[in-house]
Amino acid sequence: MPDALTYILVIAFTTFLVRALPFLFIRRPITNPRLKQFLDFVPFATLAAMAFPDMVFSTGNLLSGLLGFLSAVLVALKGGGLITVAGAASLAVLIAELIL
Amino acid sequence: MKTEFQQGMKDGLPVALGYLAVSFTLGIAARRAGLTGLQAAFASLITNTSAGQFAGFTAMAAGVSLLETAVAQVVVNLRYVLMSVGLTQKVRRDASLLQRLLIAFDVTDELFALGISREGALDPRYYYGMMAVTIPNWALGTFLGTVFGALLPDILLKAVGVALYAMFIAVVVPPAKKSRPVLLVCLSAMGLSLLLHYLPFTKDLSSGLRVAIAALLVAGAAAFVFPLQKEDDHA
Repeated sequence: MPDALTYILVIAFTTFLVRALPFLFIRRPITNPRLKQFLDFVPFATLAAMAFPDMVFSTGNLLSGLLGFLSAVLVALKGGGLITVAGAASLAVLIAELIL
Repeated sequence: MKTEFQQGMKDGLPVALGYLAVSFTLGIAARRAGLTGLQAAFASLITNTSAGQFAGFTAMAAGVSLLETAVAQVVVNLRYVLMSVGLTQKVRRDASLLQRLLIAFDVTDELFALGISREGALDPRYYYGMMAVTIPNWALGTFLGTVFGALLPDILLKAVGVALYAMFIAVVVPPAKKSRPVLLVCLSAMGLSLLLHYLPFTKDLSSGLRVAIAALLVAGAAAFVFPLQKEDDHA
């Protein structure tokens, strides 16, 4: 069996490769309108898909997870910034977990 | 007036605090894989990915071959391809290849969220600022988790874990309020992500891969369904 350091280097290098390939191949602004529109949507689709449903399941308790998620959405809709939204979700989960 | 680097450090600070706590659990997985605190911290210093490192440490603990470990890394980390593609378009046009590769080194869910939501083009120095405060904390938390095990109470880890997810919501909600297509993209991505969580076969995939599939399908469909937007409609 390879030693720990070899594993660590393989993990790090593979991860870097996945992250770096797009930067190596795409050096210019993409001009094709459909492709550009696709790329404009990608961040929103990625972030939304990451937040839900994983955030709801992340606490191991559906109710506290759901409360955290809903608090974040509500505070963000009310115009809350990054830290306010994150704080509201944390607080909701803390309270829910303490009561439940 | 703050420099780009300083602003990046400032904006990265809440993420850094979140990382410090979340990487504790990563340290616990590292300990199970038989790593020392320094080895685990080194892994975190040069990798910066929670799901990928979890998968890697688990593979290491099970004695899986290096090739299989590498393949698993690619699969779990596939969503970073999408994020990196997004960042290639966001970064300043005059950024050098070295600068781009330095950014690539630390494409994480959270730094991507902050970088992509930055007004105008992304200055590499802003990204370095975020890296400067987040990477040491990621490594330090991993170290502490490996050496001391579950140092933080479970309830605190849950609250912090949720805070990192909440940042994604904070980033997507304002543009979704302004643009109907963006709103529909977000709702569809969440719906599909939920569906993939339960569907046979896809439910067994890693969560990172499910995110990549959902984002690819939704953004792809949206690019053709919606009429072409004007330049700054939803950028």
